[in-house]
Amino acid sequence: MAQHSTAAAPPDGDDRRGFVKRVLAVVVGGLCAVVPGAAALRVFLSPLWRRGADATFIPVATLDAIPADGVPRMFKVVADRTDAWNRFPNEPIGTVFLRRTAEKPDEVHACNAVCPHLGCMVGYQASQTRFYCPCHQSAFTPEGKLIPPSAAARGLDSLDVKVEAAAEGDGKRVLVKFQNFRSGIPEKVAKS
Amino acid sequence: MKQLLEWLDDRTGIRRLTHEALYENIPGGSRWKFVWGSTLVFAFAMQAITGTVLWMAYSPSGQTAWESVFYIQNVMPGGSLLRSLHHYMAQAMVVLLALHLMQVVICGAYRAPREINFWLGMILMQIVLGLSLTGYLLPWDQKGYWATGVATNIMGLTGDAAQRLAVGGGQYGHHTLTRFFAMHAGVLPGLLVFFVVLHIAIFRKHGIHATNPEGRPDEAFWPDQVLKDGVACLAVLAVVLGLALWRPAELTAPADPSAPFDAARPEWYFLFLFQLLKYFPGDQTFIGQSLEFWGAIVVPGAVMGVLALMPIVGRWRLGHAFNLCFLACLMLGISLLTAQAFYEDHHASWSPKDAKKFADEAKQKKYEAAWDASKQHITALEHAQRDAERARDLALAPAGIPPEGMISVMRRDPLTQGPRLFAAKCAGCHSATREDDSASIVCPTPTAPNLGGFGSRAWIRGLLDPTKIVGPAYFGNSPHLKEGEMVTWVTDTVTAMDADAKANLEKLVIALSAEAQLPTQREQDEKDAETIAAGRTFLSEEVGCVDCHKFHDAGEEGLAPDLTGYASREWLIGMIGNPNHARFYAHVGAEDQPMPAFAPSREQPEANQLSVEEVGLIADWLRGDWYRAQASESAQ
Repeated sequence: MAQHSTAAAPPDGDDRRGFVKRVLAVVVGGLCAVVPGAAALRVFLSPLWRRGADATFIPVATLDAIPADGVPRMFKVVADRTDAWNRFPNEPIGTVFLRRTAEKPDEVHACNAVCPHLGCMVGYQASQTRFYCPCHQSAFTPEGKLIPPSAAARGLDSLDVKVEAAAEGDGKRVLVKFQNFRSGIPEKVAKS
Repeated sequence: MKQLLEWLDDRTGIRRLTHEALYENIPGGSRWKFVWGSTLVFAFAMQAITGTVLWMAYSPSGQTAWESVFYIQNVMPGGSLLRSLHHYMAQAMVVLLALHLMQVVICGAYRAPREINFWLGMILMQIVLGLSLTGYLLPWDQKGYWATGVATNIMGLTGDAAQRLAVGGGQYGHHTLTRFFAMHAGVLPGLLVFFVVLHIAIFRKHGIHATNPEGRPDEAFWPDQVLKDGVACLAVLAVVLGLALWRPAELTAPADPSAPFDAARPEWYFLFLFQLLKYFPGDQTFIGQSLEFWGAIVVPGAVMGVLALMPIVGRWRLGHAFNLCFLACLMLGISLLTAQAFYEDHHASWSPKDAKKFADEAKQKKYEAAWDASKQHITALEHAQRDAERARDLALAPAGIPPEGMISVMRRDPLTQGPRLFAAKCAGCHSATREDDSASIVCPTPTAPNLGGFGSRAWIRGLLDPTKIVGPAYFGNSPHLKEGEMVTWVTDTVTAMDADAKANLEKLVIALSAEAQLPTQREQDEKDAETIAAGRTFLSEEVGCVDCHKFHDAGEEGLAPDLTGYASREWLIGMIGNPNHARFYAHVGAEDQPMPAFAPSREQPEANQLSVEEVGLIADWLRGDWYRAQASESAQ
């Protein structure tokens, strides 16, 4: 490959012809490096422009499956998943906590089970009535609010919920607009 | 800045290194003929850069190799260009190698004290060829799969162990890919770097071999030779970039061990070896070894041996002349064999078959066999192209690529499998010529109806046409149908029909065709619901069809085929499975029935000629029932 350096001086004087040649050599060598470099860089950087599908409401549970006692219950979110070239039908794509209270039994509160600190999965400790993250001891109220002092910068990420009549039978089903959010920052910013 | 450079130089000696690299003395000044080595280093650097990023998106396994390459090629932004650059630069590297070798031999640069460097160069050549061979398999497409299979089988001629080590076992599979990939992206590039460093170090030790430097002043490598090298590299790059933009690297259909690939050929620079093997039949032996072994192993090995001996032979004036002669003959031989391989494969595309080319019968026969072989190869290439496009369309379809890999989709695709199954099982008697986008299959001596468009309005209209029913497309070629009562009915009753009855007959055609529920006719059928109802009434109550045929609640089964759901998927599966069933042609009698039952047994499916899935694929193909890419999707 063409090696070049403008720093070194030629041993035999520096006439105009030699200067033009040196500039040309650098330009030509640079061109040779730029084409494969740019082609490779474009693909290397492609994740920056890749965007996933928009979040949609996904049926997660029946309303009856969530006792109206204020205690969060864990549910898997199952949906079709696309991973690069593969399409995986009906796979768990995440976990949510759903909660209902006796005062407002028709209202369901949902939050993503992923800790907003650095992405571990939180668990609910019934004895202490709190969410607890095993990685850096962040703790959250059953409503998902941060209990300071905590490593996390924000509370658990709440998710949009719809309660609607089930297609069959007379029960109701709970749909959650499932999203993951960027971790480590105080703002709730959806990942795409 | 200056201080920083001083510090760096003090700690590393970078100035001296740069100076040594750039101010190598070139006796007699810079020359264009010295550029080949540099272009090869450039080519390798480019392969390393493009290859590393391809590596980041490639997944070596039977279910993901094709799929990940497909994703690089068709979905990732810039992926097609990157892969094409890698693809064509690999080929350019082989050409540059040959040029470099020729330049060294012609200039006599292999002679003392440069023998070892010549041998190092030969090792580098083997490594580059190894990189080509291993890289050809990695996309795990039909082309790479079948061509590399030939290569590893040649390896097997030297012993089972060699082949098992290359393939990673007895069969092609996950480990073939993981091993080939480790060789291609790890072992071989590592060795290449090691030997290139040695090669360049020894080259610098002895200096450039200039043949007649007299009368021209010496020059330093920088800047004149660097500029020449750079221009040469740029030229190589321009050619490669041009090819990559003009014809992006190919990706044939995913590898399928059960679907032969008649278009399999090695990469073009290995074609001469492929051609050479045709002259060494494996069923004859010479000194205890099959001729094939001689052609595949001994002859190429001997050529390599002679090349390796060149520095020693070249010590004598006559020896150098011999080396030049040998190299010229070798290049000529390679060119001729390559040209011949290309001619044998492709000549049918530019020269039509000449029935009277040779007066001699044996010669004429041989010529025709060669022409047919060429035609077959061209057809195989077209099929490969068609399958490749189909695989791409299906992979881009909303259903996407399932976890089992694309091959499972291809195996379930009526458009891919239907023609193959039809050609193998049905085309001995039936043709299926159609006017739409799908391929026609023509039986040269049909003895049964043409099934192209079976069940469509046009097909049924033709069947009920007195001028056509005894023609070649319908019952004309099949004795038991030609003499049957259907022909009598059509020729007598239909011919005698008045205009009103003819109009009703057209309604009947539309109604009967609606029974097929053809996906290609769905919109028309929905639109013509009233006509269909009228046609049904005409069929079952007025015109006498149900005297012989069953049609829904009217008529009885056993005298003629059931017209309920005629040509529907379910009807066709039953008919292909067992035409002797009471619903179809039991009245013909099993011993007079020319059509075999392809899947008669439900209890013992393994005893059937075709599985239910295969029968379904034939039915779907005949009915035109397959995924069609929307124009917007295929344009993406």
